[in-house]
Amino acid sequence: MEKDMERRLYADTGAPEGSPVVNPDPRTLGDSSNIQLFNEQLKLLNSGLTEEDRLNFCDTPPEVIKPFRGHWENFLNWARSESLWILGFGTGCGAIELRPLMTSRFDMYQYGIQPRPTPRQSSIFVIGGYASVKTMKRIVRSYEQMQGPKFVLGLGSCTINGGMYYDSYNTVNRLDHYIPVDVYIAGCMPRPEALLAGLMELKTIIKEGRGEGANKYAENFEWYKANQKRIIKDWNMPDYNW
Amino acid sequence: MLSAILTKTFYTFISLMVILNYALLLIGSMARIRAKVQGRVGQPVWQPYIDIIKNYGKRTAVTHGVMFYLGPVFRLAGGLGTYLFMPVVYGFVMFENFSFSGDLLLVMYFIFFGQLGMALGAGESGHPYSPLGVSRGLAQMTAFELPFALAVISIVAQYGTLSITEIVAAQQGGWQNWVAFTNPFAMIAGMLAFLGMSMQNPFSVVIAPQEIPIGPPTEMHSAFLGMLQTNRAIFNGAKMVLFMNLFWGGATHKYLLVAILIMVVKTFLIYLYVNIVGASFPRFKTEQSIRFFLGVPTIIGIIAVILQSI
Repeated sequence: MEKDMERRLYADTGAPEGSPVVNPDPRTLGDSSNIQLFNEQLKLLNSGLTEEDRLNFCDTPPEVIKPFRGHWENFLNWARSESLWILGFGTGCGAIELRPLMTSRFDMYQYGIQPRPTPRQSSIFVIGGYASVKTMKRIVRSYEQMQGPKFVLGLGSCTINGGMYYDSYNTVNRLDHYIPVDVYIAGCMPRPEALLAGLMELKTIIKEGRGEGANKYAENFEWYKANQKRIIKDWNMPDYNW
Repeated sequence: MLSAILTKTFYTFISLMVILNYALLLIGSMARIRAKVQGRVGQPVWQPYIDIIKNYGKRTAVTHGVMFYLGPVFRLAGGLGTYLFMPVVYGFVMFENFSFSGDLLLVMYFIFFGQLGMALGAGESGHPYSPLGVSRGLAQMTAFELPFALAVISIVAQYGTLSITEIVAAQQGGWQNWVAFTNPFAMIAGMLAFLGMSMQNPFSVVIAPQEIPIGPPTEMHSAFLGMLQTNRAIFNGAKMVLFMNLFWGGATHKYLLVAILIMVVKTFLIYLYVNIVGASFPRFKTEQSIRFFLGVPTIIGIIAVILQSI
């Protein structure tokens, strides 16, 4: 019954299987046939860039990288879960909850979690609340620059269904239509304890080998890109930001 | 001949493993001590191990060219070079590494070498913050090299040798023979320069995350970063052993394990001193740290040289 309902919900959106069941963002339901990503050689068109800039950027889409099997992957997953480096990029008002988490009251360092100033070195992206269309552009860009395996944590109700901005003209309602999300934390705002609980949940997911967001993004690249391009009108960056 | 080479290789491997593991645990425990100062619980002592495994275990990596690959390699070569050309524990073949009669000059060169290699690698990454961090780092390094070089010149003049082994040998026979007590000005100049060398506060502007995102290694990730972290451990260990050898009498005992224990205690105290200073003082700007090193430490270094030459 639950499965049926899930299938019916996603029949409209084309969302990858296993995505959390929440209200779909109406903006992702439009026609995506006019959004062209690839040329005949299956290389990215990078149509948002000028001819000159196109030479400077990569035109290869992301690839699925199969995990190892058995104990070795389990061991790596354990290390990944015990060394979570947060991308220090306050994407919304919820970023304020990260400060008490870093300092003496909640001290996330004791759980192997620490902030990192560059997307290249980070492994977890905390989307701190509402994501406006303008921020979404930066979120996509930063997410794609992170090296896999990478994880996303949606903080606050705004990332789930828009929250109090559900009918706003420039706020994204549902985050996992644009980038894969591993854990959502409901609340407006969730306290640092809730954020810690979410991070512990993420650790369990990674240890069980279910933290495959990067591969999910690569598998459903066209779907995610179509959704992103539908809301980001001034697309002046490469189609995939290495 | 072959067995001698194999034995030396085996000893070098043991020596490297000891310093790598010791320095990783030391970095972890110092992070925990700093956390206690800030009223936090702090990360586990073994966290540096997990971070390194995680970084080597990343599935993707982006390269920006040949120099980007070679940057971390040069950095690691600098760390290994610094470590492998000086005795770690005096009087034991297993831990004397490749020390020879002019090793002090070579070690001083290797301290510089890694940074210069990293500068080339970071430059090719194309990120504007990398060269900015590199320029800050090199400016600061040029400044603290002056008191450090003066301290070394003073010790060389004192003992008439460029061999670290001979400098350690000359300090044996009790604490009153250590350079720290026979040539205190050189020790003070050297230990002040060491603050800059270890890049803790107040001289942490080069790699401070809050200033420019992490400085030279901004674009380094995955295995590149793993390699830099491995080097950080070896290089830190090497620098502490160097300062222990130069100023604090080295480490020696008739039993190897006791000698290693002495090395551990002395280097721990040297690193603790850096951390106490780091936890007590706010960060300097680059020009402030240059002004600092070219002021009092340099004057003390000059006094140390003059006192040895008259």
